[in-house]
Amino acid sequence: MASLELRNVHKRYGSGLPDTLKNIDLKIESGEFLILVGPSGCGKSTLMNCIAGLEDITGGEILVEGSDISGMSPKDRDIAMVFQSYALYPTMNVRDNIAFGLKMRKVPQEKIDEEVARVAKLLQIEHLLTRKPSQLSGGQQQRVAMGRALARRPKIYLFDEPLSNLDAKLRVEMRTEIKLMHQRLKTTTVYVTHDQIEAMTLGDKVAVMKDGIVQQFGTPQQIYNDPANLFVASFIGSPPMNFIPLRVQRQGGQWLAILDSGQARCELPLTVADDAALEGRDVILGVRPEQIVVGKGDVGLPAVRAEVDVIEPTGPDTLVFVSLNDTKVCCRMAPDLAPQVGESLTLQFDPAKVLLFDAQSGERLGAQPAERPRNVAQFKGR
Amino acid sequence: MTSVVGHKPFSPSRLAIHATLLLACAVYLVPLVVMLLTSFKTPDDIRGGNLLSWPDVFTVIGWAKAWDSVGGFFWNSVKITVPAVVISTLLGALNGYVLSMWRFRGSQLFFGLLLFGCFLPFQVILLPASFTLGKLGLANTTTGLVLVHVVYGLAFTTLFFRNFYVSIPDALVRAARLDGAGFFTIFGRILLPMSVPTIMVCLIWQFTQIWNDFLFGVVFASGDSQPITVALNNLVNTSTGAKEYNVDMAAAMIAGLPTLVVYVLAGKYFLRGLTAGAVKG
Amino acid sequence: MSSTAVFAKASPLDALQNWLPKLVLAPSMLIVLVGFYGYIFWTFLLSFTNSRFMPSYKWVGFQQYLRLWDNDRWWVASKNLLVFGGLFIAISLVIGVVLAVLLDQRIRREGFIRTVYLYPMALSMIVTGTAWKWLLNPGLGLDKLLRDWGWDGFRFDWLVDPDRVVYCLVIAAVWQSSGFVMALFLAGLRGVDPSIIRAAQVDGASLPSIYLRIVLPSLRPVFFSALMILAHIAIKSFDLVAAMTAGGPGYASDLPAMFMYAHTFTRGQMGLGAASAMLMLGAVLAIIVPYLYSELRNKRHD
Repeated sequence: MASLELRNVHKRYGSGLPDTLKNIDLKIESGEFLILVGPSGCGKSTLMNCIAGLEDITGGEILVEGSDISGMSPKDRDIAMVFQSYALYPTMNVRDNIAFGLKMRKVPQEKIDEEVARVAKLLQIEHLLTRKPSQLSGGQQQRVAMGRALARRPKIYLFDEPLSNLDAKLRVEMRTEIKLMHQRLKTTTVYVTHDQIEAMTLGDKVAVMKDGIVQQFGTPQQIYNDPANLFVASFIGSPPMNFIPLRVQRQGGQWLAILDSGQARCELPLTVADDAALEGRDVILGVRPEQIVVGKGDVGLPAVRAEVDVIEPTGPDTLVFVSLNDTKVCCRMAPDLAPQVGESLTLQFDPAKVLLFDAQSGERLGAQPAERPRNVAQFKGR
Repeated sequence: MTSVVGHKPFSPSRLAIHATLLLACAVYLVPLVVMLLTSFKTPDDIRGGNLLSWPDVFTVIGWAKAWDSVGGFFWNSVKITVPAVVISTLLGALNGYVLSMWRFRGSQLFFGLLLFGCFLPFQVILLPASFTLGKLGLANTTTGLVLVHVVYGLAFTTLFFRNFYVSIPDALVRAARLDGAGFFTIFGRILLPMSVPTIMVCLIWQFTQIWNDFLFGVVFASGDSQPITVALNNLVNTSTGAKEYNVDMAAAMIAGLPTLVVYVLAGKYFLRGLTAGAVKG
Repeated sequence: MSSTAVFAKASPLDALQNWLPKLVLAPSMLIVLVGFYGYIFWTFLLSFTNSRFMPSYKWVGFQQYLRLWDNDRWWVASKNLLVFGGLFIAISLVIGVVLAVLLDQRIRREGFIRTVYLYPMALSMIVTGTAWKWLLNPGLGLDKLLRDWGWDGFRFDWLVDPDRVVYCLVIAAVWQSSGFVMALFLAGLRGVDPSIIRAAQVDGASLPSIYLRIVLPSLRPVFFSALMILAHIAIKSFDLVAAMTAGGPGYASDLPAMFMYAHTFTRGQMGLGAASAMLMLGAVLAIIVPYLYSELRNKRHD
């Protein structure tokens, strides 16, 4: 296994075209699991192809164990990839599919047999070895695709949305299995997905991408609790974070956010550092549904009463929607505490947990400079 | 759309539909039946009877005479068709592979230019092509005809393969590249084994096109190098002596049989070739 | 970074791999550029020369085109093409559509019937022409058959009638190609979403009106494809004329393709032949270009 570092990676398809990838800086240690997540068209798959060598980069360096591989052809990079469509060779049986990469590398036959047996056992596909891919279920094809990558024992594994062709149940199962596999084998892995749950559950590190730029790079917890901007905050989390547009007011050296439910108002003191920046600005208050304290009696936090508009029971939780500052706000409650539609509910907000974003730029306001992700800081310097 | 008509098996409308379809079958079959009947008749029988009258005596004399006059040209057609079909299919497969999996700047433009070849009225290239064949010393040779058929069959063969290969996810090629396979390994080990149906379509299409060709045969070949279509036409349209319609029909059957047999054996692929040609890109 | 990586960058084998696709395509590119476009240009040049039996490069401007304009035989050929092409296309389409719709009614033995309709397409136009020449033979063909069957006084001698001979070409060409139109439309019909038809049935539409108002209009692309291919067959038709009538009687059944061949290769009028070939190309382009244009535009909308 090997460490992987991307330094200032740049990709553009033609001179007149916009950049597909801009100044990508990422680094993971040997054995770490990196998630590239973002909406379609954000450049995550392009970035993965660049790492694999299937596409050339137009600037920067890709370092594996400290040495630049960016000019090498894919076969020399010692990287294996699992594709969304599995890309199993349809005319070869499972055994030949797994063995193909080893044959191409002129590995002796006994060694190939040994490796095929090893991965087949590992993935529990021993009984499928003589079948053709068309005779396999989606989940089995997925395993074979992983087996093909594992057999080569490459330095780095790439997964390109490997679970998105599976049905929901199988997807959850395979997700756990990939996680288990990674815990056992400690393989350096880069995993592309658009599914934020996969991003949260699988990754040691997560890079959230949009428009060819890494919006934030950090651990899943950092991404979830301390998003760098509105995009990251909205992309990660389900149900998504509530965004309440408002103006802040200054009162006795303290910034206050005013929340208005129509029947009541609440002044929420803000714990932001950057005082002057807030003056007269449109801001957006971000608060996750589970961070709104409801139905637990007074816990001594700023509170506002609001009427319940809609109730959505999901089973484990019930989502309750109210209206604040003319915006729909979602709160997550235990089902047994859930109110009826039309009832009023007391919402309490923890000032330490709410986030503030600039309404225009979407940048986070008032976060500690030290917590700022590295590449955002770099951008300002450019 | 699978149908929606009433399910009563013998309603009058269904009877009418069946009757119409069977009548049409008869109409389509009549020329073939007439050809066969005539080919087994004697000239006197032909003059005495009519198109659909049963032969008084079945005789293969027409077939024997026909084979005497066009048999040699039948083998010419084989000598032209087999290499031309194989070479143009192979080239088409390679072109299709590059045009779908290894696109480069200008390759799409080239495909567009090539596609136009499917519509090209060959009259506009006959003269320069005949000059070129003359310069190459290939005028009036079967080799020359092979070359011409390869060149002007390329548009269709490339189209068949390119359209098949663009339907294959290019992840397959990317996976093979990561596995360490090169350009020809990917083609030979992965794509070609998948292409059997397309190869069949292409082979059959090219076979019927080249076997049935008349224009190139009549322009670029003469005498001993002529394909059977030209020989048949010469036989039928010579006005010396009494017309032997039984010989004409037997010769026409000889010229038509190879493609008919292929059609009957592999009609599925034949139809696919026709419709693929129809959709064009 | 490290020196090994730099070496890997410049491996000559990798460089070859990068060039292979272009190398493989190169012969075909050459063939297409020279054999298609170069030759078209060459023919274009010849059409402006006074070439007769041998190519000459004496420039005569538009003289050959003017000669075509004044050439009665060319006008007959062009008019024949319009009549032949128009009738051939129209009749093939009608027969093809009708047969396809009828065959789409869950017919037993559909496969066999389809095979029968389509087999003429596997034959050479020369074979087709030879067969129909015999069938339409005045005196011994259908002419005699129907009289033998009791239709006294029946005459069918279109093949030697300068005013009607072109209809004989139409009959043979329709026999050969209408099954193909049937196959195209049948494939199209099989692609129509059955729920649309069920919806129309629920709305109370009768079967014929479902076909006329809903199903067939949705097959517009198939219709245009068929139209294109038939038009293309018509313009290129040469072998059928050669086998059936050789352009005769006189030049009453001449088509442009026949005209071009006769003048270029047997009458020593190479320049004139080249000019007629260019006009044929023009006719094909006039049909193809709008078709391709609309196809591509539709694709972009998808």
